Amino acid sequence: MSVVEATPIVRKTALNAVHRQMGAKMVDFNGWDMPVEYPASIGCGIVAEHMAVRTGVGIFDVSHMGDIRLAGPEALTAVQHISMNDASRLAIGQAQYSALLFPQGTFVDDVIVHRLGEDQYLLVINAGTREKDFSWVRDNTRQFDCKVEHLSDDFTQIAIQGPKGVDVLQKLSDADLSAVKFYWLTRGTVCGIKNVLMGRTGYTAEDGFEIYIPADETTSARVWYEILEAGKEFGAVPCGLGARNTLRLEGKLPLYGHEISDTINVWEAGLDRFCKMEKPDFIGRAALEKAKAEGVKKTLVGLEMVDRGIARDGYKVLDQAGREIGYVTSGSPAPFLKKNIALAYVPPAQAAVGTTVKVEIRGQEVKAQVVPTPFYKRPKKT
Amino acid sequence: MPYPTDRKYTKEHEWITADGTIGITHQAQDSLGDIVFVELPKVGTEITMGKAFGTVESVKAVSDLYAPVSGTVTGVNETLATAPEQVNKDAHGSWMVKIKVKDQAEMNALLSAADYEKFVSEEAGH
Repeated sequence: MSVVEATPIVRKTALNAVHRQMGAKMVDFNGWDMPVEYPASIGCGIVAEHMAVRTGVGIFDVSHMGDIRLAGPEALTAVQHISMNDASRLAIGQAQYSALLFPQGTFVDDVIVHRLGEDQYLLVINAGTREKDFSWVRDNTRQFDCKVEHLSDDFTQIAIQGPKGVDVLQKLSDADLSAVKFYWLTRGTVCGIKNVLMGRTGYTAEDGFEIYIPADETTSARVWYEILEAGKEFGAVPCGLGARNTLRLEGKLPLYGHEISDTINVWEAGLDRFCKMEKPDFIGRAALEKAKAEGVKKTLVGLEMVDRGIARDGYKVLDQAGREIGYVTSGSPAPFLKKNIALAYVPPAQAAVGTTVKVEIRGQEVKAQVVPTPFYKRPKKT
Repeated sequence: MPYPTDRKYTKEHEWITADGTIGITHQAQDSLGDIVFVELPKVGTEITMGKAFGTVESVKAVSDLYAPVSGTVTGVNETLATAPEQVNKDAHGSWMVKIKVKDQAEMNALLSAADYEKFVSEEAGH
């Protein structure tokens, strides 16, 4: 018997050649050939890129993220039906963090819902779940009068993140960006391209913008280099997925397949404030009501390593007596905080801040402590 | 990056000098990225050719250190405990352990600088 294996298709963003030209270390991320970090020779590397975003500005190619547009008279009803946050609260030009749930109250994906117009919404979804998400959205909105389009390949999405992000983008745009509040959108000219969607959003626990430009290689490369050039005076560096991960971890922003998945529900993940049980019925609501009544068996906590050692994804969490009580979902050195941190699922009884636990690191039990999260919160602007 | 000719190399990206000083190569530190943690054996530990004797962790990954040859640890570079980033800055100048080599013949099986460089460029070609 012979097994014919499907040739894996490596997907590339329009900026792939640019990343290679800049000497980025490339990795396979959910089937995408993406930069994990740029070389030390241009002042990069995960730690340098992370610090640039916390203190100045960093530029990310996030074109692998997917985009689904819902438009039509019942677009709001459709969005309300398939997502857990209350999209009726969105003004035109506003965005919210939300999630698509299975009937069991577990995650299809987490999404950012943008309200683009009166009856028009854009869901920004994860790269690894693009096709699954699109099918899910299409199949579960058939009963509504609204058009569902998969626009993922139409955009190059660039994130300009950090306290100086707004200053960099402002140099290249005619829109008044200072008037755009966090999680709001605007449109304007960017690098000579008219009507570019700009959202004050990101995945770094820092201020910044994400812009959506046409996905052709020439335009994408030109805009990428123009942003880097405009950011030079603020120490802008290109950033890869490595820094994106450490930045989001410091901010306790969940990553699909780690903190959230099809086996973890909203309460366990601690995303209660983005789940509006009082809004009209939505997929997953009934199961969540039941789960709430029953109480959660595990809950997501932040850990800080007390003894030397780095907790990594999948490592076991033990109680002080050495009994297995949970597992690490994400763990890494935190470059800005200069601590070794992790997110982990443990029983509620061991989730209180200050609880001492252990993480099994290559056969050794290493002491850690439950700490308040997010680990990092950006300073309020004065 | 020129690889010093005063030592031998392994396909696991370690180097070892004739007197038994061991470190990791420039190529290894480059592929690991920012190194944040180096875990090394204590003096007196027996290490075995091809077997893991310690670990190096970067921000994004954990890698085992493999013994180029067998021997007994006679010295450990303690400065790497507090300054692991030294390995990124100067991989060929940042030794990790010194060992008393058990069998000099094992050294003969290792790669020369030229062979290692060729191996690295072939690996990169994949």
